[in-house]
Amino acid sequence: MLKILKFTLYDLLRSRWTIAYFLLYLICAGSLLYFSADPGKAVISLMNILLILCPLVSIMFGVLYFYSSRDFVELLLAQPLPRNSIFTGQYLGVTLSLVTGLSLGLGIPFLFYGIFVSPELMNFGTLLLSGIMLTFIFTGIAFLIAIKNENRIRGFGLALIVWLFMGIIYDGLILIILLIFEDYPLENFVLGMTLFNPVDLSRILLILQLDISALLGFSGAVFKKLFGSSLGMLLVTVLSILWVLVPYLFLRRSASRKDF
Amino acid sequence: MNKFITILSGILLILPFAVSGQIVNQRTGTQYRQLKSAIQMAGDHDVLLVKGGFYEEGNITVRKPLTLRGTGGPVLDGSNQNEILTIKADSVLVEGFIIQNVGVSYMKDQAGIRLYGSRGSVIRNNKLKNTFFGILLEKSVHCKVENNEITGNAASEVSSGNAIHLWYCDSMLIRANEVRRHRDGIYLEFVNASMIQENVSENNLRYGLHFMFSDDDTYLKNTFRNNGAGVAVMFSNHITMDQNLFANNWGASSYGLLLKEITDSKITDNKFQQNTSAIYAEGANRCLVTGNDFIRNGWAMKISGNCENNTFTQNNFLSNTFDLSTNSKQNYNSYNGNYWSEYTGYDLNRDGTGDVPYQPVKLYSYIVDRSDASIILLRSFFIDLLNYAEKVAPAITPASLVDSSPLMKPIP
Repeated sequence: MLKILKFTLYDLLRSRWTIAYFLLYLICAGSLLYFSADPGKAVISLMNILLILCPLVSIMFGVLYFYSSRDFVELLLAQPLPRNSIFTGQYLGVTLSLVTGLSLGLGIPFLFYGIFVSPELMNFGTLLLSGIMLTFIFTGIAFLIAIKNENRIRGFGLALIVWLFMGIIYDGLILIILLIFEDYPLENFVLGMTLFNPVDLSRILLILQLDISALLGFSGAVFKKLFGSSLGMLLVTVLSILWVLVPYLFLRRSASRKDF
Repeated sequence: MNKFITILSGILLILPFAVSGQIVNQRTGTQYRQLKSAIQMAGDHDVLLVKGGFYEEGNITVRKPLTLRGTGGPVLDGSNQNEILTIKADSVLVEGFIIQNVGVSYMKDQAGIRLYGSRGSVIRNNKLKNTFFGILLEKSVHCKVENNEITGNAASEVSSGNAIHLWYCDSMLIRANEVRRHRDGIYLEFVNASMIQENVSENNLRYGLHFMFSDDDTYLKNTFRNNGAGVAVMFSNHITMDQNLFANNWGASSYGLLLKEITDSKITDNKFQQNTSAIYAEGANRCLVTGNDFIRNGWAMKISGNCENNTFTQNNFLSNTFDLSTNSKQNYNSYNGNYWSEYTGYDLNRDGTGDVPYQPVKLYSYIVDRSDASIILLRSFFIDLLNYAEKVAPAITPASLVDSSPLMKPIP
């Protein structure tokens, strides 16, 4: 497994896609830090970019890589290798290459800015962590989609739909529910709903750090009470890990059953 | 139980005579052991030097112009029952005392120091601890309250008083006091032409500073921190608010500055930092808001539809979650010439103001106004899309509410 991981990782780190991804973040973070005097604002802008871009790139790139390495996988399958290790290795390889691009792209400008002595360190840490978490989750989902669908167009379409749903439509649904049932106290219900979307999870983790003043309104206080407490943090961590593990376990099951 | 209380209060009534310390009348040179008798024997305008010690004499009333000067921190204790110092004369000076344990009463406003109908008195350099009301001034004019430190232990609004409370006063000066943990830090009712300056008001249950029916007052260079709301100005005219700091007033109904039924006032050069709502205005008319910094507040300004003819100009709005929210589709105020850190326009003719108007009200602030729980969608991409759509074609937000000359650079 480690060998496959290493191979995938090296292969991808040299690929144009990863470098482009890295450069994208580098330019975004660099220019935002350069143009806005306030690093707190740069973190907020980056958060907006990250929450959209990270799932999109992870899911599309995951699907793309899976389809394009199909021949290589078939070759590997002919070898006496356990299937789990092949797919796990590839999954981790893709994820780690994206994570490397993300961390370096965001990290280098902030390092030059002097993030370690800045009060924004905590915010930046949360930003990076949620980016990494989103990469793990959405690459896993991408592999699952790709392995379930032989038809590439269907696979790409599904990936796009999943991204659209999690990134945009889900929030729209929450808003519609909130406005239709505005007479009811929906704080806890909405809170429950956001727990089931990894994009919302990371968004809330971030706004808890960045927009704390606004969140201290009436409902905000309810959210803050959950997410600000250690129980809330534990819940978020457990759910994030579940969001990584569940697609991965499905991937393993599909991989071991699939007839190539 | 009742019997026990009777006995206990009996003991407490005897206790006041257990005093120590020394009081010297500077004119006559006579020494006293009790403050009460020293005051009784003193002539007008005498100076009583009160040396360090413990004076538990119940309520002490001053009915003639006197100077009470504490040296070495004499303690006046109210045994949690009484009002401590009552002043019903002109030109009384009280300084250097430690005044503690004022009794809580639901019938009377008991205070550490109360001035009634006094002219030209000065209360300065005292420390008040565990007070119900701290310093209470009624129907007084030309008095000064300076450099006092007043700490209460207010638990609920019902059972607590205000640190400095002014009622029917005129031309007062409240300067450099530190007030904390009362209901209101400084409270003014029917107080005109007075100056509130350089005070620090923090951790009060309700307001840091509270105006009711008070006109022509100025407050300047004060700090309001962690209060239920920083400052509430209600039913008042011609108030000048200058160079104050409003910070960390957090909570659902918590505001940096609450304006209600106020006209012809000036809010200049203040700093609002990390409040849930920095300014909340209801029925504010003809006010000028200029030169203020709004930094990282939840809402920089909540302006109700019944506010008219106010001018907001030359302010800095920096990284607020919402710059402005309003509940009306109409706009009768002017918001021109501010710096908004969210502004994304350009300045082709390089005159320092943006060529595209800025709309400070976002659709999302309406949504949050309607459904409070939707705050959880803050910074969601979906919300950004909605905001953008509304910005392009305003349907819900007031189309006339724009800054037509937004500044490109913050005002230093």
